[in-house]
Amino acid sequence: MNDVLLSVKDLEVTFKNGKETFTAVRKVNFDVHEGESFALVGESGSGKTTIGRTIIRINPATKGEIFFAGKKISGIIDRELDTYVIRNIQMIFQDPMASLNERATIDYIVSEGLYNFGLFKDENERRGKVFKALNDVGLLEEHAERYPHEFSGGQRQRICIARVLAMEPKFIIADEPISALDVSIRAQVLNLLHDLKKERGLSYLFIAHDLTVVRYFADRIGVIHQGELKELASTEELFARPLHPYTRSLLSAVPMPDPDVEKEKRLIVYDPTIHEYEKEGPSWREVFPGHFVLANSGEEAEYKAAYS
Amino acid sequence: MDQNKGILKVRDLVVKFRVRRRELTAIRSVSLDLYEGETLAIVGESGSGKTVLTKTFTGMLESNGRIAAGSIEFEGRNLLELKTDKEWEKIRGVKIATVFQDPMTSLNPLKRIGIQITEVIEKHQKLPPEEARRIALTLMEKVGIKDVEKRFYDYPFQYSGGMRQRIVIAIALACKPRILICDEPTTALDVTIQAQILDLIRSLQRDYGFTTIYITHDLGVVANVADRVAVMYSGQIVEYGSVREIFYDPRHPYTWALISSLPTLARKGEPLYAIPGTPPTLFNEIKGDAFAPRNRYALGIDFEEEPPFFKVSESHYAKTWLLDPRAPFADPPHAVKLMRKKGNIYAEGGAAEAGK
Repeated sequence: MNDVLLSVKDLEVTFKNGKETFTAVRKVNFDVHEGESFALVGESGSGKTTIGRTIIRINPATKGEIFFAGKKISGIIDRELDTYVIRNIQMIFQDPMASLNERATIDYIVSEGLYNFGLFKDENERRGKVFKALNDVGLLEEHAERYPHEFSGGQRQRICIARVLAMEPKFIIADEPISALDVSIRAQVLNLLHDLKKERGLSYLFIAHDLTVVRYFADRIGVIHQGELKELASTEELFARPLHPYTRSLLSAVPMPDPDVEKEKRLIVYDPTIHEYEKEGPSWREVFPGHFVLANSGEEAEYKAAYS
Repeated sequence: MDQNKGILKVRDLVVKFRVRRRELTAIRSVSLDLYEGETLAIVGESGSGKTVLTKTFTGMLESNGRIAAGSIEFEGRNLLELKTDKEWEKIRGVKIATVFQDPMTSLNPLKRIGIQITEVIEKHQKLPPEEARRIALTLMEKVGIKDVEKRFYDYPFQYSGGMRQRIVIAIALACKPRILICDEPTTALDVTIQAQILDLIRSLQRDYGFTTIYITHDLGVVANVADRVAVMYSGQIVEYGSVREIFYDPRHPYTWALISSLPTLARKGEPLYAIPGTPPTLFNEIKGDAFAPRNRYALGIDFEEEPPFFKVSESHYAKTWLLDPRAPFADPPHAVKLMRKKGNIYAEGGAAEAGK
């Protein structure tokens, strides 16, 4: 495996509302390697988006540390490092309708980051960078003068991706990038993200609730539930040997486009009270090589036995 | 499904909208039969007209829309003869009810949940408040709300997304409708919750005996719920048949394209099939087959003349020139062949077409 690009260690994020505190993310650990797509899968409210936002420093980390390319980027950092983080970690959001400034031209939208950091010598170079980014996502140079409302949902998501690419980042956080798109458009955007990864060696943190998409796209998957990572494994391994009952319930819930399979399907509902953690609490255990699960020793033995 | 009784009959429906002084044809001559007790899924991308089509069943077209031609027969009368809202009120929400995508927008955030259910019952069934309250509580239990006496007085924001959608379903069922239209009922929900809601609708359908129309773009949901499927493209139905026929033996190149673009059938590392281009604008008249410019199987005639429906089986029809006896052989994409194989394995196992 390649070098570690991003490392999240014992991350905890809490939100305060008056006197109440709410822990959105608890003791989360994972690494993303160079050139890898790592997916975080979970339901709404599981904390997966919060993790993404904490990495790009929108939300502060309450506890724990985040390292990027060997540098600590959580907590208080100097201005130079902040600039470095913004340039190299970029985010694509779920709703391309809401994430583009309706009153700006595509040219401005794509170059906004370049302006902010003065990433060009002259107007020619800036135009060149914008055109290249647009070309890379399959849009035309003439589109630069237009406004967002002139584009369809899939094209808008491409504009969001072009805006990200113009910054030439190393790492992209894609937060449900295709959930708001039509089925036929989803394939286009997924292909694009995939090609960019191959051509430029980009790394992704892919945040999603849809396991079918993740299966196609991700190299490794972390399953998150109520702010805790429950299981982590390579994609093939996770689908072949899901261990945690929550992962199994997620897998059982995914609707498959196959009527005969669906008619036979049995839904597994996850009940968080089944764990017997009074005597022995759960810890992060490597049950098979590279396959981690949150369990106590009794559960570990049980999970292992199920696949032997 | 032939022996079943038709409950709703749509014939040659044309719907037009006036947008910025131009006219757009959103539904381009659609005919559709709905059979008592079945679940029909209407699939298509956004803008294909699936929502507009079902809105005509309850007289809920936006004010700039009009029905230019056709008929919708329900309970022995043509619904399009209904003019005023007052006339429609005897159908809408009473005989034909709709569950919309976003439960937050279909509930009033300022009113207690219980009151919102009760008022529907009071208004439509003209029952005294106590009786209406009792029915509302039963309905809440039916849709899987626990501790109903207490939750009756909660506000929508105190409910989770899935619970809210259950309430919307309870309200839709308050008048015991004959047809329930579910317009992307689970798109805004998590997969685990989605599966529960689909199960709930299925079990309620058994108890209450209503007929269901699902509108969705998620083929996984379709495979789960549907008895029959209609595929829409650019304001027309282009293929319809039993759920097994549409998934395991699709004939229209648009259906092929939809199935090919599914990530579940793709091999990892290989590019997904993406349908090139965008649907045609509906402001202009469409010549020939609307899908032709995006269709890699398009024949010369597709650009000239609109194809008729060709019969594949008693229940399966597709609107493509590829089914014309004169058409050259078209080799379907890999994903479709894969699906054919999957379907056949089961068919050979003894559970043939009518089974399951």
